[in-house]
Amino acid sequence: MTDQEILTKFTRILRDLLLDDSIVLTTETQREEVPNWDSFNYINFIVAVEIEFGVKFKVADIESFANVGAIVTELKHMTT
Amino acid sequence: MSWLPLAPNFRADLRAALETSSPTEVLEKLARLAAYQLGFLETIQLDRAFGQLELVESPGFSLIRLAVLGSATVDHLAPAIRIAGLRRRLLVDVQIGAYGQYRQDILDPSSLLRQFVPQTILLSLSCREVTSSVPLTATREEVDDIIAKFVGELRSLWQGAREIYNATIVQQTFLNVTEALFGSFDRLVPGAPMRVVARLNDQLCEAAIRDGVLLLDIARVSERDGIDAWFDVTRWLQGKLEIAPQAAPLYGDLVARILAAQRGLSKKCLVLDLDNTVWGGVIGDDGLEGIIIGEGSAAGEAHLALQRYAKQLRERGVILAVCSKNDAKTAEAPFHEHPEMLLRRSDIAAFLANWDDKAENLKAIAARLNIGIDSLVFVDDNPVERARIRQSLPAVAVPELPSDVAHYVRCLSDAGYFEAVDFTPEDRQRAELYAANAERAALLGSAQSMDDFLRGLEMSVVCGPFTTVDHSRIVQLFNKTNQFNTTTRRYTSEEVTHIAGLPNVLTFQFRLSDRIGDNGLVSAMILRPATDTEDVLEIDNWVMSCRVFGRGLEFEAMNIAVEAARRLGIKGFVADYIATPKNNVISALYSSLGFTAVNEPEPGKKPMRWFLNLADYVTHQSYIPRSGVGA
Repeated sequence: MTDQEILTKFTRILRDLLLDDSIVLTTETQREEVPNWDSFNYINFIVAVEIEFGVKFKVADIESFANVGAIVTELKHMTT
Repeated sequence: MSWLPLAPNFRADLRAALETSSPTEVLEKLARLAAYQLGFLETIQLDRAFGQLELVESPGFSLIRLAVLGSATVDHLAPAIRIAGLRRRLLVDVQIGAYGQYRQDILDPSSLLRQFVPQTILLSLSCREVTSSVPLTATREEVDDIIAKFVGELRSLWQGAREIYNATIVQQTFLNVTEALFGSFDRLVPGAPMRVVARLNDQLCEAAIRDGVLLLDIARVSERDGIDAWFDVTRWLQGKLEIAPQAAPLYGDLVARILAAQRGLSKKCLVLDLDNTVWGGVIGDDGLEGIIIGEGSAAGEAHLALQRYAKQLRERGVILAVCSKNDAKTAEAPFHEHPEMLLRRSDIAAFLANWDDKAENLKAIAARLNIGIDSLVFVDDNPVERARIRQSLPAVAVPELPSDVAHYVRCLSDAGYFEAVDFTPEDRQRAELYAANAERAALLGSAQSMDDFLRGLEMSVVCGPFTTVDHSRIVQLFNKTNQFNTTTRRYTSEEVTHIAGLPNVLTFQFRLSDRIGDNGLVSAMILRPATDTEDVLEIDNWVMSCRVFGRGLEFEAMNIAVEAARRLGIKGFVADYIATPKNNVISALYSSLGFTAVNEPEPGKKPMRWFLNLADYVTHQSYIPRSGVGA
């Protein structure tokens, strides 16, 4: 799966989660830049991604992802 | 939640619903979406849409204020609770307590809870509070002491919450999130964490029984699903979420079942299809000898298991009915003649086998049993029939049965349609009560006139103020009755006790018997001092079971209430009739009893108000003499 394919899925998940179809995620996006993407919805996002891709992130990774790109990289690492 | 149908087009439907202009229509569409099987993400989405609506009284929906207080993070459970409420047409206003502050939230006079005034308080506690205080070396007595102390504190908290808020308490059982220390030997070591939690849940149940507190038994459900489905250690570490987010949709449904049950919205009747449901094969084609039922065949035993389950439900008060496309005689034959059948014809309160549309037959079943169409669960192996009923009668619960009959019982049990908050003597006798009603209907058919029928019934009523013995039944009557319910005011168990104890309040309970049998406690009335006038009582609410409609009990009940009030020097009664979609049957009640209308109703604002001057009251004729305790 390409970065862009993953980003598209991430964008859809976050749009659904926050019910905001104006959201567009890039690898550089940081949580603070997206309105309403608080720590509570960060947990929700991680859970939704885990369900969508059938993976479980490591607890240490979850608290250290610097931006969306870091999540994409880890996800690719886990699924290949 | 496999019993719910899959949503074919959730994302688009949700967005389309939000485009709708009127809030009532949006709410209606969101409620339709809530009836589907929703995962973690869909639940949150739908809740977000729901959150855009103002939480106000809406026709066909009830508002409920629920406080969820936890010793761990519980915020993530709120969306699922609201959506599962919406699924049952309950608009649940959820207030989440401060993290770990459940004691202060309840007891502190300045807490937010005081302004919120919850009707139900759900306590979601973690076992860690207890396990961390038990040393591994503790003896059995020491463990019991620690647990008894903890449960004792919890009981005073329950009591405090009831006194302050008059709220119903729902206590969550403890999720056993401990790990094995010794292995299987854990069960034999009193201080082993796993053993401590098991003991804690035992003691909690005992206390709940003693105090009349309801349980949310997630410990049991987590045993059914496996602890990994309920507890995710990553989420615990990440944000102290003890209940895994993936389990939230089911958690919400379990909570909403209890909220619905409290308000009499649990299902009341199980309607069974016959061919390939109650038995294997088609009776019309295969004949008595050809259908698959009973011991000796695996499939036959599976169908038998469904019959056994239906029979057990009947024993706990669920009414059974049949709705089948068949000739009536052919369909009834196995019930009379097949030796392996567990269900007998007399177990079925309404038996409709014909070639009409099943939706029409379901309506006929509800009408015959005098219950709402939304009280029915329809079990049919045929996906086409299921879809048709869901389409034409969305209020009927239609479980999405698994393709293998082996799992039918599990599916019904998982769906929790018949969630209960009590088990009263009336429940135990319900099956007989309905059978007796069939006998009465036959009697009515043969009577010359209505008067003739009523006289021939040889009825008698036992009445008096509310008693503690009948408390659960009275609470159940007020909360389950929808048709003969003058104001549809619901009262919690605590509120009934509170109101009945107030000075100058008159309460009545009525028990009706006749020559065919005891109908049980079938009516209750609360009269409290009217706010503006002395010497006048207001009928706060008056309910009567649909089982005894048309017997003239309302006339004798009013005779009794008037006499009792006159003795106290009361001069008049006022009463509101608050119209709902379900209580039209009593729209003329007060005029027939001799009340006069005080005002015309203004829909949504002012109900129809009635007045009765006791000096003008003419005692109604009735065929129901009084016996036993006088009012």
